[in-house]
Amino acid sequence: MKRFAVLLLTLALAVCCTLPAFAAGTIEVNEDISVSADYDWTRFKGQNITLNVYNWGEYISNGSDDSVDVVAAFEQLTGIKVNYTTFDSNESMYAKLKSGAADYDVVIPSDYMVAKMIAEGMLKPLNYDNIPNFQKIDAEYRNPDYDPQNAYTVPYMLCTTGIIYNTTMVDKAPTSWADLWDEQYAGNILMFNNSRDAYAIAAFKSGHDINPQSTEEVDEVVKELKAQKPLVQAYVMDEIFDKMIGGEAAVGVYYSGDAITMIDDNPDLAWVFPEEGSVLSVDCMAIPATSEHQEAAEMFINFMCETDIGKANAEYIGYTTPMESVREVLDEDLRDSEIAYPPEELAAKERVFTALSDDVNSELDVKWSEMKSYDEGGSSLLFLSLLAAMVALACFNIWRKLRKKSRNQY
Amino acid sequence: MMKIYDKKLAYPYFVWMVLFTVVPLIIVVYYAFTDGNGAFTLDNLTSISGYGSVFARSLLLALIATVICLVIAFPVGYFLSRLRVNKQHIMLMLVMLPMWMNFLLRTYAWMGLLSINGPVNAVLGFFGLGPYSMLNTSGAVVLGMVYNYVPYMILPLYTSMTKIDQSLVEAAQDLGASTTKTLVRVLIPMSVPGISTGITMVFVPAVSTFVISRMLGGGSNLLIGDLIEMQFLGNSYNLNVGSAMSLVLMIIVLLCMSFTSSFDEDEMEGVS
Repeated sequence: MKRFAVLLLTLALAVCCTLPAFAAGTIEVNEDISVSADYDWTRFKGQNITLNVYNWGEYISNGSDDSVDVVAAFEQLTGIKVNYTTFDSNESMYAKLKSGAADYDVVIPSDYMVAKMIAEGMLKPLNYDNIPNFQKIDAEYRNPDYDPQNAYTVPYMLCTTGIIYNTTMVDKAPTSWADLWDEQYAGNILMFNNSRDAYAIAAFKSGHDINPQSTEEVDEVVKELKAQKPLVQAYVMDEIFDKMIGGEAAVGVYYSGDAITMIDDNPDLAWVFPEEGSVLSVDCMAIPATSEHQEAAEMFINFMCETDIGKANAEYIGYTTPMESVREVLDEDLRDSEIAYPPEELAAKERVFTALSDDVNSELDVKWSEMKSYDEGGSSLLFLSLLAAMVALACFNIWRKLRKKSRNQY
Repeated sequence: MMKIYDKKLAYPYFVWMVLFTVVPLIIVVYYAFTDGNGAFTLDNLTSISGYGSVFARSLLLALIATVICLVIAFPVGYFLSRLRVNKQHIMLMLVMLPMWMNFLLRTYAWMGLLSINGPVNAVLGFFGLGPYSMLNTSGAVVLGMVYNYVPYMILPLYTSMTKIDQSLVEAAQDLGASTTKTLVRVLIPMSVPGISTGITMVFVPAVSTFVISRMLGGGSNLLIGDLIEMQFLGNSYNLNVGSAMSLVLMIIVLLCMSFTSSFDEDEMEGVS
């Protein structure tokens, strides 16, 4: 009995101790944001450090539309200045970093680009002691294929590809990627205008891996895309927003996070995860090898994984957060959205991109441009005849000029 | 004291041109004839032959757009040049007005206008026609080119036509020339410098555009510009093939310019 009392007492004590500790466990930056107090956020204060952060456009909560200004909160908390710039594709980010034209301290590439950059020694290994919030990242997103030791990256946001369709324009809702080859949607299909994502769709349909290992495999899968071309209305990227919302096409393929935005604008639209599986893309925070402020950059990454910050970003962007603790505090609609957070049996079928070998990569691009330019066969002849006509005209002109010159001599 | 015609004054631009025109050109040529490791190769150029249909489409669409621009711009230029001077300024500003808006935005607007549920089809539907799917066709691409580049045709035509004395037209008519004959024998020959400048200024950007075909052509009406863009910003980052394509495009443009410029000199002699 006595023992029980002691136990109770210690329990009560523990509760009493942890409660204020829990309350004191956060630092309030502003009314929307509190961060963990268990981290030395202010150690760079007054040192005049500037962090160059390079992120996708519209990919952070930035204070517009009553959202939280995440970057300003970080500056206020840490005294580190952030120079925030944006890019619009992995490739342009890569080209800029590769050219050495600018120094960045934090970049946010996608999975396959991460693998490529690791392979080329463009990223610094992270010191995870400075990023305690990494523990919050769900286990399924750790040690991914593109960074098997998880030494270079911290996942920022995720999204999957899938089919978005207009319920009023289709008789039978599509359920699989293979439906995109179905005649009934002819002229009503919008495809990705980017080789990797389009390839993945054809690979899923024909039972190949989305990361081809050989050029023969590429040739075979691109044939599927060629076969699909007559049914496709257009190859688009962000133009899909206007087209799907305006009812211009019945079926389109795009990213889940953006689909949520489209469905908000046009309730006739619906989303489906295709049976064959889909591509999970993970945008990761990483530090380029050229960075001179690694520790401050790690602090920024840690800050981005704070629950309040993750919540602000996820709600602003609409993409999927890799942190369960963030998902729990999300706005109800988004938290329960099956588009952003698919049930397990669907999530199990998700695949990620890895880097392709140079051979395969260039084969993919060659075949992709061939596929895009292919339809009216025999036009090569037309081109040659046009060219010949132009050359003939030019020669004729030169001849005429020469003749005139010689005539003028007299 | 520096004289106003001192040729030293031209040096800054000369340096600029060497740095940003000649040097890049040399780099393009270098890349076009080398492979990834810097060894000499002709593979880049030969691999282009596979894209003949794209080149043919680009040339054809640009040609059609240029002809349409010319047909539209000729009467407009004449009309403008015959107005009173202060009115000319207002009308010229109206011609230029669309160019105050961003090129991308203007093209994007056509995407909405031409769509199945867009205003154009709505108007046609009012008369019981359509709906037509006008977007994602070659026609839409030509329309985009004409819309975007027609001011470049109107301006040089207008400039060369302001130099035509109205009395020449009157004289032709006094001497019994019909309207057609006045047009063919007086107006057209005298505005040839404007026509040839206009053709160059429309044809060259039209043949190398990539935004218009992507937005209005649905990504499947590929033009040379798209192809080149894919080499540089696509997934393979193939500078060599991209440079080779640019080189071929440059040759096409040069041929076109040699055609118009010789035409120009020729007729100018007759006029002046």
